[in-house]
Amino acid sequence: MSPLDDFLLRAVLAGIGVALVAGPLGCFVVWRRMAYFGDATAHAALIGVTLALATELPVVAGVALAALAMALTVSLATGRTYAMDTMLGVAAHGALAAGLVALSLIPGVRVDLMGYLFGDILAVSRSDLLVIWAGGALILALLIWRWRGLLLATLNADLAAAAGIVAARERLLLTVALALLVAVALKVVGALLITAMLIVPAAAARAFAPTPEAMAVVAAGIGAAASAGGLAASFRLDSPAGPSIVVAAVVLLLLANGIAAVVGRGGGSGGAGRG
Amino acid sequence: MSAPLVSAKELGVTLGGHPVLRGVDIAVEAGEIVTIVGPNGSGKSTLLRLLIGAERASTGEVRRAPGLRIGYVPQRLAIDHTMPLTVARFLGLAGGGREEREHALQRVGIAGLGGRQMIDLSGGQLQRALLAHALLHRPQLLVLDEAAQGLDQPGVARFYRLIEELRAEMGCGVLMVSHDLHVVMSASDRVICLNGHVCCEGTPTVVSAAPEYRALFGFGTEGALALYRHEHDHAHAEGAPGHHHHPADAEA
Repeated sequence: MSPLDDFLLRAVLAGIGVALVAGPLGCFVVWRRMAYFGDATAHAALIGVTLALATELPVVAGVALAALAMALTVSLATGRTYAMDTMLGVAAHGALAAGLVALSLIPGVRVDLMGYLFGDILAVSRSDLLVIWAGGALILALLIWRWRGLLLATLNADLAAAAGIVAARERLLLTVALALLVAVALKVVGALLITAMLIVPAAAARAFAPTPEAMAVVAAGIGAAASAGGLAASFRLDSPAGPSIVVAAVVLLLLANGIAAVVGRGGGSGGAGRG
Repeated sequence: MSAPLVSAKELGVTLGGHPVLRGVDIAVEAGEIVTIVGPNGSGKSTLLRLLIGAERASTGEVRRAPGLRIGYVPQRLAIDHTMPLTVARFLGLAGGGREEREHALQRVGIAGLGGRQMIDLSGGQLQRALLAHALLHRPQLLVLDEAAQGLDQPGVARFYRLIEELRAEMGCGVLMVSHDLHVVMSASDRVICLNGHVCCEGTPTVVSAAPEYRALFGFGTEGALALYRHEHDHAHAEGAPGHHHHPADAEA
């Protein structure tokens, strides 16, 4: 009997797999103030599920396509007519509502709506696990490959241009990475909580990190700890797994800021809890 | 004459339906210091962004020497407080080893600040950190966008002297923008006055000899500053919207 026969172990591995990627990617979401953008992208997942069910594509592929289409549309359209947050609000809620309507219109298919909205990590299969880790490895490889360019483009587009880096290209890469993560993480935390897995560990890591790299690593660690802790709590309390993971991450964030406030600003740890 | 580091012919750009620059010819050669002056909204920063490749021209074209290494010092760097970034790590983004980074910090006069967070630096320290970052690119062309903004006059003079020394050490070309229409770096080989187009071009009047200028600039600046005398050979149609020459003249 393989250890992967244990559904709980598969769940823990799935959660950690997503967290290890969501941490570093989430740092960029936090630095570039893309939280609403993340929401809009993630909420397109339900449309992707419908698309997959209607065309018999794998769900992951349908979701990745829909998330990517949404992300690209939003990044092209922002700032044209409405303020950014209005645009993103329309896109996020519009996509969610449209997804719910579209799913209900597919005849003869009973879908686990709660699973798509909040994740169904305890039902992760071996093939799901493979998709999560392979997709996660791909996203992480993209981030590591373009790390310097991504950082420079995030800091200042002109500074990047002078160094021969096209800021728009780096932004596109982040958009693609985000869409991939939505597809990979849907099973674990669901469309509504993906953004939480991006921004909560990254925000928690800010308190302890002197450099961007440190913040990315600490965020991955905090996310992994939240996944394991949340699953353990869910098992004990019989609470839903996805939300339990997010609650665990928020608890870690509060702890991190509490500790940072008590310890104070020492040892080059920077401005913990500032602003 | 060697090929210029960067040059542009008949450069024009329209942003959001408004012409910002038109018919601009410019070239910067190795070892040359070129200062661009002009009032706010005259397209100075846009011109720099076109020359470093951060913006596309609507008309004309920019030519850069093949493989040109540019060190760019932006006007400001708005670091989101959510991003932790030490000075050392920021310099690391430009490249170079630990020793090179420390040398660059020393060269710009902020040795020992490598461990400091970028957001904790004062305005003057941040300018120097940005300059150190630019130097680590081992630039053939140093481009500065109002880098002396926010410094007091002795501070500006010190900064200009440092640029002058760096030019002498590295033999790089320097292209800088200043919003001060009349007081420029005395080491400028050429001054270009820009207001949507090139209004005039010339050399700064070296002021160190004249006692009345000396009195004007004080003695702390030691000849780093000079006056630029605008010689416009054309007038603009009165009432042309958005096109006024040198509002600073009116204020003076």
